[in-house]
Amino acid sequence: MNTKKPIYVRPLDLKQGRVEMAHGAGGRAMAQLIDELFATAFDNPFLAQGNDGALLPPANGRLVLSCDAHVVSPLFFAGGDIGCLSVHGTLNDVAVMGAQPLYLAASFILEEGFPLADLKRIVESMAHAAREAGVPIVTGDTKVVERGKGDGVFITTTGVGVAREGITLSGDLARPGDKVLLSGTIGDHGMAIMSQREGLAFDAPIVSDTAALHGLVAAMLDCGADLHVLRDPTRGGLATTLNEIAQQSRAGISLTEAAIPVNPVVAAACEFLGLDPLYVANEGKLIAICAERDAERLLSVMHAHPLGGRAAIIGEVVEDAHGFVQMTTRLGGRRVVDWLTGEQLPRIC
Amino acid sequence: MKYVDEFRDGDLAKNIARKISLEANTNHTYRLMEFCGGHTHAISRYGIADLLPANVRMIHGPGCPVCVLPIGRVDQAIRLATEQGVILCTYADTMRVPASNDLTLMRARADGADVRMIYSTQDALKIARMNPEREVVFFAIGFETTTPPTAVAIRQAAAEGLKNFSILCNHVLTPAAMHAILNVAGGVKLDGFVGPAHVSTVIGSQPYEVFAGDYHKPVVIAGFEPLDVMQSILMLVRQINDGRAAVENEFTRAVTREGNRKAQALVGEVFELRETFEWRGLGTVPDSALRLRQKYTAFDAEQRFGVKYIPVSDNKACECGAILRGEKRPWECRIFGTVCTPQTPVGSCMVSSEGACAAHYTYGRFREEIQ
Repeated sequence: MNTKKPIYVRPLDLKQGRVEMAHGAGGRAMAQLIDELFATAFDNPFLAQGNDGALLPPANGRLVLSCDAHVVSPLFFAGGDIGCLSVHGTLNDVAVMGAQPLYLAASFILEEGFPLADLKRIVESMAHAAREAGVPIVTGDTKVVERGKGDGVFITTTGVGVAREGITLSGDLARPGDKVLLSGTIGDHGMAIMSQREGLAFDAPIVSDTAALHGLVAAMLDCGADLHVLRDPTRGGLATTLNEIAQQSRAGISLTEAAIPVNPVVAAACEFLGLDPLYVANEGKLIAICAERDAERLLSVMHAHPLGGRAAIIGEVVEDAHGFVQMTTRLGGRRVVDWLTGEQLPRIC
Repeated sequence: MKYVDEFRDGDLAKNIARKISLEANTNHTYRLMEFCGGHTHAISRYGIADLLPANVRMIHGPGCPVCVLPIGRVDQAIRLATEQGVILCTYADTMRVPASNDLTLMRARADGADVRMIYSTQDALKIARMNPEREVVFFAIGFETTTPPTAVAIRQAAAEGLKNFSILCNHVLTPAAMHAILNVAGGVKLDGFVGPAHVSTVIGSQPYEVFAGDYHKPVVIAGFEPLDVMQSILMLVRQINDGRAAVENEFTRAVTREGNRKAQALVGEVFELRETFEWRGLGTVPDSALRLRQKYTAFDAEQRFGVKYIPVSDNKACECGAILRGEKRPWECRIFGTVCTPQTPVGSCMVSSEGACAAHYTYGRFREEIQ
């Protein structure tokens, strides 16, 4: 798309070069960075308008808007990087509103001295994730902070989508009797990050589950099940998200520990680090709460989708004025599954 | 997961639970204290109380290092960091323990003190080596399990001639605390102890023999997995039924009668008994803690910086003391779950996940709230 005659004497050195303060100063250096890196990778007609914002066609339906900041450390991890994560994170927030995501905006805070080669890798990963999801990145912004004032790169993305006609999903709609479904194993993203940070090696590597969920959501909506709540359990993990839903809906949730899928290697890593997988972050999983009569049908639809192969019914919504999430343990006892206290894993997404 | 799942098997647990119900005499209430916070945590996390008959009652003991640390000790650490400007290295749990003036180490850090969370004493040594111009103090806390690593660090520092490293020593002794509990005025009604797991790997089972002999209290040393705890409860019920009081070892895969001789020798070389030490909940207990031996006093932060221990009484509403002595249960404290929660702990038992109050709040509070 970049058909303009280049006005720069030398192209960006994407192999050895580093981010400089000028790259965020609004002048020619910034224009070059945008042209040669961002616009080239994200390449779409809306971005090519080259204006301060993207002019978009009218949308047909209720709009959903969501934004998400990404500060993950390390920037590159098994199964992904901050680039694709920043696309998936926001797409999923839009998708679990029962919406089809349409456009993304991206804002970068770069640290002076950050290698352009790493930035290129991240931007290309974003572009790939966006293309795969069929959702273009139509506008953006770049700022540079002095060395030591950032940590490489922070990315904030905003997503716009259109909610499916006649569908309203909300955390306050869980009703006693509803079933709680989970789309797959928990804790993969958090433990992929953590094991990399701690330098832990296992027989099988732990790979982040970062993925765009709107395809799975669309299939779930298509089947016509009476869905009440969809959520993606990211920071704080399954436990925290279920507590949010219980509080919003003023109901209890009763879980069966044995039904919750956990990869053995993730379970082992959690054991080793003294963590509970229920509280470890996910980036490609969703929780669905639906009417009891539709639960089995919804489960089979999830099973048929590549991102729902290990989906399971993990519990149900119960009457409980206290809004407790409780769990029958593998041992046969019961316990509260409480909100996360403090911070289990900082800088996870 | 091998060697873990076997000890969390639901069917086996039910089997042991059935035996406990069958064998526990319905005319007797079995009051069993699990000394260690690790056991308290396992009991709450796996819902073990649900598998026990009503007349087998678990009483949470004081075996949580953070919980027994009195306010004055945390004050000392904060003073070191704020007034002496040292780099204070600490295990994570200690960061949130409430101290005087509404401070915690975490708040002190937010106010500008250099407080660093570490995972091992080796991290503290590394920080000392990397910052030769700064004083580095390790806030050494814990029972016999965490003492040997501190001893290693002291020996390494001495061997390397590391002049900027010292420790604020708060290492305490399990048997002394058990004596104190059994000697509480009025007496805590106890039928037996679930004995420590990791502590016993170091000290062995022999130090508990006095409790079986002199106090006639059965002790069963148990691992931290739920089936270990269940099995030890069954073994205690059997001893009590038989009128026996012996030290039995359920945790034979890790604990011997003698314990870890190497670790004991190391600790003995570096530390000696303190005549007295104040515990939260138990008060001043003679011969219950350790200090550095004469040849290592250069590494004693209390001496190096002249920070004196100033006793501070607990918050009046807080029942941590009675809970640590096994006299009260967490929910019998007026401020449990209202003013005092894991987010806003008033007493130390609400801080660590091994603390009786935090474990009950996090995993078990539905029980009395639903009643």
